[in-house]
Amino acid sequence: MPEIRNYTLNFGPQHPAAHGVLRLVLEMDGEVIQRADPHIGLLHRATEKLAESKPYNQTIPYMDRLDYVSMMVNEHGYVLALERMLGITPPLRAQYIRVMFDEITRVLNHLMWLGTHALDVGAMTVFLYCFREREDLMDMYEAVSGARMHAAYYRPGGVYRDLPEHMPQYGHTRYRGESGTQRMNANRSGSLLDYIDDFTQRFPGYVDEYETLLTDNRIWKQRTVGIGVVTPERAKQLGFTGPMLRGSGIAWDLRKKQPYEVYDKMSFNIPLGTNGDCYDRYLVRVEEMRQSNHIIRQCIEWLRANPGPVMLEDHKLSPPRREEMKGDMEALIHHFKLFTEGYTLPAGEVYAAVEHPKGEFGVYLVSDGANKPYRLKIRPPGFPHLAAMHEMSNGHMLADVVAIIGTMDIVFGEIDR
Amino acid sequence: MSTYYKQLAQRIQERFGDRISSAGISLGELTITIDKGCLLSIAEILRDEADFAFEQLIDLCGVDYSDYGNGRWEGPRFAVVYHLLSVTLNHRLRLKVFVDGEPPLVDSVNGIWASANWFEREAFDLFGILFSGHPDLRRILTDYGFIGHPFRKDFPLIGTVEMRYDPEQGRVVYQPVSIEPRVNQPRVVRDDHRYVDRELPAEK
Repeated sequence: MPEIRNYTLNFGPQHPAAHGVLRLVLEMDGEVIQRADPHIGLLHRATEKLAESKPYNQTIPYMDRLDYVSMMVNEHGYVLALERMLGITPPLRAQYIRVMFDEITRVLNHLMWLGTHALDVGAMTVFLYCFREREDLMDMYEAVSGARMHAAYYRPGGVYRDLPEHMPQYGHTRYRGESGTQRMNANRSGSLLDYIDDFTQRFPGYVDEYETLLTDNRIWKQRTVGIGVVTPERAKQLGFTGPMLRGSGIAWDLRKKQPYEVYDKMSFNIPLGTNGDCYDRYLVRVEEMRQSNHIIRQCIEWLRANPGPVMLEDHKLSPPRREEMKGDMEALIHHFKLFTEGYTLPAGEVYAAVEHPKGEFGVYLVSDGANKPYRLKIRPPGFPHLAAMHEMSNGHMLADVVAIIGTMDIVFGEIDR
Repeated sequence: MSTYYKQLAQRIQERFGDRISSAGISLGELTITIDKGCLLSIAEILRDEADFAFEQLIDLCGVDYSDYGNGRWEGPRFAVVYHLLSVTLNHRLRLKVFVDGEPPLVDSVNGIWASANWFEREAFDLFGILFSGHPDLRRILTDYGFIGHPFRKDFPLIGTVEMRYDPEQGRVVYQPVSIEPRVNQPRVVRDDHRYVDRELPAEK
């Protein structure tokens, strides 16, 4: 009889299903996982340490680069912490814009998750469908902030600028004829709100498309039902939040339980799973996309009817208008001071949490009264999820590890920070 | 919200008495500071008693206070900050434990909240805080073979070593950093008049 030993397998950091730079050391008994030990930190950029050396506003772009598939929600957590410390509330219109873009970001994130999760498990088509819609959502980002991904759009005291009145249009090229260009520009003839409105009307149909491909798909169910089961008690113990917690059947959503901005004025439902397996978490997230779509529609309606300021007029925190600067000495000083030294926060500490697409995104800020944070701690939602890797994959087959990584919705930008 | 937290603070003070060094509410958040000796007993009660029911450890992090207020800090150098959340009662709590000494040593709460495992590894890696009773206290975010604890205030922002490919040796080599530290915007503390009367803002 040959000696039977456990086999150690290195999964990643170059593996396409590792969603970035995860190195997973797996101890296998045949094809069954005995121990999973994730090695993280390959994308560690010390964002928190960098923030300590910069004025507060200069850290906002770093937030985009944390979880680089849900950029604006990261900014939201950070900006919320600053606003609580400063004791300011942004104008109502800015709050609606933030909620709308939070939900656009949630759809953006869930589409990325659905596409890659399905691709890892073996369904190619969903990936292509999801990226088709992500393109439209990225265009919304671009129209409002000028950047397709790293927006730096939320600022303490509101948002950088109001929603544009015109949507950028495709130009004519020799590769597509006149009619082709017209067709592509059909829903871009109005304002950004019209464009988003058009998208929200189409989107439920797209979600139906994904569901036809997956929900009753035999292979999809074989790969996800009963995989990575987490009981509600363990989910709480392991610090799960967001869809990972709701998939286990715990009704917890910060948008409902500890509402921030104008979420208390929105009507939406929180989907819950029952079994706590990969399939339930899939259903939860798909339903969340539909609910997000519903919230976006409510925001559009309000934003259409209520024009107004989107930024506080306090020039200690927000830059003055360019025209003012040309003639007004004080405006020039404000501008110069804001972009060099920044502003100081009162001494103290605050923890601000938002419902990130992946879970609870928290920012713990300690200030000693300076113009730079004394300590910034980001609480990434994916970190405790990945920490449960061993518990979730233990006793499963090697192929299920891929499904479990997919269901956790891992992005290394936020886990490694 | 704040009245609720005042009541919660009262209940906590009644339950634990002088085991709590201080309890305060600011910005609608309750912070209690405890001695590191009674961390485990208090943590267990906070989790298990129906009055508190903090089932989740949302976040755990280290703070290095050595440079606080440009060096005016007196007191223990490090703090470990625990953010607790109760899903059933919908409230939060910040628990602070100050530690001194080299190396700083605190009891691990891994047995009480399983999510502490990686957070404690992170605090160990970045601040060098040791957690006694932790099953697997390894570095987590920094490189294999990294020396030092990068988030301590005396660790330079530019680091100590850099990595490059050496074409002669045909491999990646580590060498001392070649860049100069640089401060674009100096750190200033201003006595802003807007904050003078606002010890506890945002009282709801």
